[in-house]
Amino acid sequence: MKTKTPAQEQLANPGRRQFMVSGLSATGGLVLGLPLSACTPHPILPVADHQPQLGFFLELMPDGNVIIGNNQPEIGQGVKTALPMLVAEELDIDWSRVEVRQMPLGIVKTADGYTWKYGGQGVGGSTGLTGNWEFMRQVGATARAQLIKAAAARLGVPESQCSTKSGFVICKWPEATLAYSDLVADAAKLDAPDEPPAFKDISDYRIIGKRQKAVDAIDVITGKARYGIDTREPNMRYAVIARSPTLNGTVRSFSAESAKAVNGVLDVFKIDGPEPGAPYHILANGVAVVATSTWAAIKGRAALDIDWEPGPNRHDSTETFWADNETMLKGSGQIVVDDGDYTSAMRRADRVVRHQYRIPFVSHAPLEPQNCYADVKEDSCHIIAPTQMPSGASRAAAAATGIDRENIRVDIPKVGGGFGRRLTNDYVAEAAIISQRTGWPIKLQWTREDDIKNDFYRPAGLHEMRAALDEQGKITAWTQRLASASKYYRRPNMPDENLYKAELYDDDFPRNIIDNFRLEYFHHAIGLPRGSWRAPAHTANAFVIQSFLDEVAIESGQDPLQLRLDLYGDARELPYSGHGGPTTNPGRLSRLLRFVAEKIGYGKSLPNGRGIGLASHFTFGGYGAHAIEVEIGQAGELTIRRIVAAVDCGLAVNPQAVEAQLQGGTIDGISTALGLEITVKNGQVQQSNFHDYPLMKISTLPSRFETYILPFDDTPTGVGEMGIPSAAPALTNAIYAASGVRIRNLPIGNQLQEHFRNSS
Amino acid sequence: MITFTVNSKPVSFDGDDDTPLLWVLRDHFDLTGTKFGCGVGQCGACTVHINGRAQRSCLTPVSAARQQRVTTIEGIASPEGRLHPVQHAWLDTDVPQCGYCQAGQIMATIDFIARNPDPSDGDIDREMSNLCRCGTYVRIREAVHLAAKLSDKENQS
Repeated sequence: MKTKTPAQEQLANPGRRQFMVSGLSATGGLVLGLPLSACTPHPILPVADHQPQLGFFLELMPDGNVIIGNNQPEIGQGVKTALPMLVAEELDIDWSRVEVRQMPLGIVKTADGYTWKYGGQGVGGSTGLTGNWEFMRQVGATARAQLIKAAAARLGVPESQCSTKSGFVICKWPEATLAYSDLVADAAKLDAPDEPPAFKDISDYRIIGKRQKAVDAIDVITGKARYGIDTREPNMRYAVIARSPTLNGTVRSFSAESAKAVNGVLDVFKIDGPEPGAPYHILANGVAVVATSTWAAIKGRAALDIDWEPGPNRHDSTETFWADNETMLKGSGQIVVDDGDYTSAMRRADRVVRHQYRIPFVSHAPLEPQNCYADVKEDSCHIIAPTQMPSGASRAAAAATGIDRENIRVDIPKVGGGFGRRLTNDYVAEAAIISQRTGWPIKLQWTREDDIKNDFYRPAGLHEMRAALDEQGKITAWTQRLASASKYYRRPNMPDENLYKAELYDDDFPRNIIDNFRLEYFHHAIGLPRGSWRAPAHTANAFVIQSFLDEVAIESGQDPLQLRLDLYGDARELPYSGHGGPTTNPGRLSRLLRFVAEKIGYGKSLPNGRGIGLASHFTFGGYGAHAIEVEIGQAGELTIRRIVAAVDCGLAVNPQAVEAQLQGGTIDGISTALGLEITVKNGQVQQSNFHDYPLMKISTLPSRFETYILPFDDTPTGVGEMGIPSAAPALTNAIYAASGVRIRNLPIGNQLQEHFRNSS
Repeated sequence: MITFTVNSKPVSFDGDDDTPLLWVLRDHFDLTGTKFGCGVGQCGACTVHINGRAQRSCLTPVSAARQQRVTTIEGIASPEGRLHPVQHAWLDTDVPQCGYCQAGQIMATIDFIARNPDPSDGDIDREMSNLCRCGTYVRIREAVHLAAKLSDKENQS
């Protein structure tokens, strides 16, 4: 009989067998902690590399209900429902019996650095589900196997005599039915199985693949759900920060007098931002105002008198940025992919098509403005942060305070939207700095203006596309030349030659389809912070490639759908080294595109002023396609008449949430294409709130908006990002079909109205 | 001292008169279902009812609530806890994603269908100006129609 070892010891001793851990919970249920697979200590890994290590995911209540822990942040993508579905399916319980509890960050210090306690935690790159697909099913399957083992031991029968049904172990002979809750104490004492138990066959699924509603919707619609912004702790004070209005500006001096005269203002002090060019720990230099309420802090900030030093970026502007990019594209850049013989293929071309496209900077603008609760004590710290990366929150707080991460508790509240903004935890560092300095528990609040003006924006870029065609109209050479502000700017240890990797994904379509293929990159170092914005470079590149394909087809007298189908071809795996690989299957894009084209009636004759556009794209393992019909009025008024969106995400774990993501991604894509842009003048971001950063309203949405899920195989891909990239090019391709106006610069803004005004 | 009722309970506030009702509800009464989204009346996440009409509480100074009836998302179910028909519609349609805007959407819808018991899509487009960053608009539209039906039924019974 092996002895139980404490979690930390196990983690420090790779190769040693792990055991179930059990104990009585505060609510009287039995907690089943599940050791999972081999345990190898390693430092905290990026989100794609989840290593299940120890889990405390299940609580089986005496009444037969089961509490399942959700280890990932719920940002509106549905993991809090989907992951427990995986556990419940393999555990074999009724979904109606499940209650879900949000887990905090779990990290454990080992001799070799920090390791996960509850498996990797973090949501980004559409990996929340896929990264936990094996792990969470293992949690359920292992628990079920242990319960069977416990029942068999109690009844004195071989395990093969026992099966399970909806929370009970059923024994055929002697006939017996034992509730899981009666068995869990025995089960918890058993050794973990040598081999992870086999998973259910897909044909036996009762929960996975069925529509399940969001588990915490009831809390949302009654106002009970607690988001980070709703945190209220004893003795808590409220803080806001006045941040430099100019990129990389500093505080020359400030007077706190009038701010301190505001009723409720307690303290005012300077906050130091990073040096220009250095990695960001927070975004900007500024002055913090601490008060007894949010409004007092906001009023105090408004009363501040700050003399700002505008700093080295005071002449930055997006106007210059675009001009610079145009100049850069006239020269030669870094050739990052060069297949075949591009130069001679171009020379031999019967026809060359060439166009430039402009993708603007955009802001994430999650509806819950950034905020963070931090209570920094002498040698410990408590953080409640709406974040996509709770481990990053722990690191940010540790770096800001000098407190060891094992003494930093990070709680994960409900999060009011992510979109990639909350992959960075700059606001956590800010809150920790303020709490440490004042000695008070602090809730830091950003206003919407803070959020629009201080963001890790989606990189902007000018794309030049060239295609060589032979006499039959076949594309023989292809290049994408991009001058952009790389997301990897100011990343620690980032060599210049890798800056392109965030903006051009080596193996994106049409690589390995068009033989003579080249990607070329030019970097622009404008001082605007950049980061990951939902489906990062895919939103830019799908727009550019799918627009250009239309232009190539039209200019060479081909049908845009047929040209795509000819290129995508039949189902086959092509190598894909980036995120979402190791392969990509363009035949799955063919299938989706044919499907949406047929649904919307592509090719039918339409009245004047109406047109249909198509687009499709492979994003991080999943496939999406859009067909959009628009109508353009005499003065250039745009009406979206119909949207057909389809996704192939392998196995749809929760079709309800997949559909929501497809709808939401489509709307995000259209909203952003229609009117969103961040511009800079004199080193300052010019937008400030939703009046000049106008998110789409319900009125733009057509009544006919259909979403389809085309099943593929037994393995799910993520779905948070596949719905967005092809939406914008389908829209602008439809605009062209309806009006002959080609939108090459986003956002669309009033380009149509201007075109019609000028041509009338 | 400003006195008014919130969800039928008398309350008083003795801070600055210009404090937005939003922050009074959230910071002073811990009624955090009403959300801060923009502070300039654009997004509608802060929508509450004053005397039954939807208002953006971020732009409403608390002084404007003096002696008025304020209702928040926490106060629309019946005192026995029976959900409001609009809440039912939101649950049935599984509207929320991140959920942050939804209290405001629900408060706006209650007022809207009280004035327009059988709205068309066009009516919804004209009246529903609340922003949703997740893009739940497809289901919001469905839920508004369902809410109208459920409310109608409730009124008849």
